[in-house]
Amino acid sequence: MKIVTGNDLKTGDVIWWSGGETWSRHLGDAIDAGDEAEAVAAREEAAMRVNVPYIVPCEQSDQGPMPLHIKDRVRAFGPTVRADLAINTNIPIVKG
Amino acid sequence: MANPQFYLREDTPCSDAPIAFADFGDASNAIAVRIEPGDDARSLLPHLGQLAMIDISFPAFGDGRGYSSARILREAGYEGELRASGDVLIDQLSNMRRCGFDSFAPSTPLDENAAKTAFATWDDVYQKTVDARTPIWAKRHG
Amino acid sequence: MYQYDQYDQAMVDARVAEFRDQCERRLKGELSEDQFKPLRLMNGLYLQLHAYMLRVAIPYGTLSAKQMRMLGHIGRKYDRDYGHFTTRQNIQYNWIKLEDAPDILADLATVEMHAIQTSGNCIRNISSDQFAGAAADEIADPRPWAELLRQWSSFHPEFSYLPRKFKIAVIASEEDRAAMRLHDIGIQLVHNDAGELGAKFYVGGGMGRTPMIAPEIRDFVPADELIHYAEACLRVYNRYGRRDNKYKARIKILVHELGKDEYTRQVEEEFAHMKTLGLNPPVAELERISTYFADPDFDQNAPDDLDMSDPDFRIWVEQNTHAHKQSGYAIATISLKPTGGIPGDASSDQIDLMADLAEQYSFDELRVTHSQNIVLPHVKKADLYALWQKLDAAGLAPANLDLVSDMIACPGLDYCSLANARSIPLAQKISERFADVKRQQDLGELKLKISGCINACGHHHAGHIGILGVDKKGFENYQLSLGGSGAEDTSLAKITGPGFDEDGIVDAVETVTNLYLKTREDGERFIDTYRRIGMAPFKEALYG
Repeated sequence: MKIVTGNDLKTGDVIWWSGGETWSRHLGDAIDAGDEAEAVAAREEAAMRVNVPYIVPCEQSDQGPMPLHIKDRVRAFGPTVRADLAINTNIPIVKG
Repeated sequence: MANPQFYLREDTPCSDAPIAFADFGDASNAIAVRIEPGDDARSLLPHLGQLAMIDISFPAFGDGRGYSSARILREAGYEGELRASGDVLIDQLSNMRRCGFDSFAPSTPLDENAAKTAFATWDDVYQKTVDARTPIWAKRHG
Repeated sequence: MYQYDQYDQAMVDARVAEFRDQCERRLKGELSEDQFKPLRLMNGLYLQLHAYMLRVAIPYGTLSAKQMRMLGHIGRKYDRDYGHFTTRQNIQYNWIKLEDAPDILADLATVEMHAIQTSGNCIRNISSDQFAGAAADEIADPRPWAELLRQWSSFHPEFSYLPRKFKIAVIASEEDRAAMRLHDIGIQLVHNDAGELGAKFYVGGGMGRTPMIAPEIRDFVPADELIHYAEACLRVYNRYGRRDNKYKARIKILVHELGKDEYTRQVEEEFAHMKTLGLNPPVAELERISTYFADPDFDQNAPDDLDMSDPDFRIWVEQNTHAHKQSGYAIATISLKPTGGIPGDASSDQIDLMADLAEQYSFDELRVTHSQNIVLPHVKKADLYALWQKLDAAGLAPANLDLVSDMIACPGLDYCSLANARSIPLAQKISERFADVKRQQDLGELKLKISGCINACGHHHAGHIGILGVDKKGFENYQLSLGGSGAEDTSLAKITGPGFDEDGIVDAVETVTNLYLKTREDGERFIDTYRRIGMAPFKEALYG
């Protein structure tokens, strides 16, 4: 599956496309953009609802969409070395 | 050819279309020439007397070679029109002015007020360049 | 310390206003991200892995207590209560909002600070020796020269769109504490035969994916020609540096491809031309700046002896203090490398405390080091014990300067969008493995440097032991290298062989240090043993 991420222009927060014109701070809210991913990214960037969007390949896991690449998992969950700054998850970022 | 959007000289903009630097040989009697970032501005120095306009092209605003070309020409005493053309944006105007440009032909027209503000960005400047402004160090030791 | 006059202040204030306008235009959509990016970068604002990241310059690494407190305040008010000190004497905040950025720059401007040119393809923050003005071995204070260069390079109209970023370091000792020859321009102040002070220029050093040691291109540039010469070096680069490939765009590639002699010839030609233009500030300007760096009012009768009966204090003094040019004083380094900690990070409270201690014990001055530590440059020996006790109580007294746990580590994949692997967890594991300070002292000086990608922000090429994180089919993998140095014996490290996983690399570090312990001769540091016996025995121990 393909989900779309980027940053909020004003706050810089990592955000995930959650359908229509909505974006969420939480990876769990992301939905599969499928073949529309490129179009969603372009449309949403043009509408300034996201800054520098890109498409993240994912797999569906028990906890919801899970990015395949570690970089996107770190983005989703926060720095691995500051548990106090983690974004509301206990999901391990490094897959065993 | 269209007039430059901003013209900071007393005279009128050169109306001749500039010829490409590559076509400007010793035999050419052109009065306007266009140089690209990779062209050596110094090879124009023997011909400055005949030139009324030198158009320095900025195909991309991030390519800063044109700033050196401009300063080199002014340092050599060139007094004709020095035009910046191409990807010329608001936030580059002040630096371009400081390097000797006095004519600006952005490929996308710029907001007039924003440009005015941009040209006046610095009350004072740290470096001595070719724009005849007195640098801060000279004011300190006036 | 340098103090802004009305001109300097006006420049910084104008820049804040300009950036506020640029941010507003971006937020309104009048600037595209492509157009805004180089503008925000020239004000130190990146879009990083988690948020905007702001890099604030600490020119030549010197700070007053008031400035240091402002850094704490910014962490507290606009970020998440901490900051990260970098290898180029900057501090980075990782969780900045674009809408706050102009206010932060305005706050900084109230204490004569800024984020100008801390990123982008321009001349970056000028770095220097963290012991400048205090070191027993310097021939002059390099900071006035660095300040002169700071002013010249600020908003330089010709050099704001260089082929790539440009870093300058200035030192004034034979001992190089600033990795000077790994900069685009390294300047060492020297005396000529007539006893005049001038600058020796090294050009074309750097790390990244093609590390190079800068060759010397001129043995003496007089004080009144410094700007002319720098301007010549930059103009040749701006005109002829490669712009077709960002990985070949640094000046080191130009110097390498032209050859040192041809590059030097072109610079000399341009220099001769510059001299006819009268661009250089008069020596009186350097003298004006120098008056701000006069020695503080040292107590000439301060006692030189020190009670070291407390064994923990003794270890800290041995490890973290250096000889001061004034008898009765010492240079104290505060290590930001606690066991299991994040190299270079400090909380806002710790930043405030260090500011207080600078005010109380160090004539109001602090320094930031290229190895991500903080220095109190002028501490009376008689005050060292009290200082140490206060540092210790705040977790700021690791006695590990230049030891294996005093690592340089880049932010890595935990923060950086360029990274391929995490750096910080490795630093934590290595410091835990070598937690015993006696063991570290026995290993002696050992510079371990970790980068999370080929861009080498963690200086792995210059580590006695270097570690480079790479992405191996979606997994983090770490390459080990040995034999680098960023000091006056500059050298580039060589890769040992196949990489390791996260636990494997910690074991590998222990393997090579064990071999060193078994093999070393009297007085040899790790790097000395490596240079004597070569790579083969280390390879054998690692992969044999």
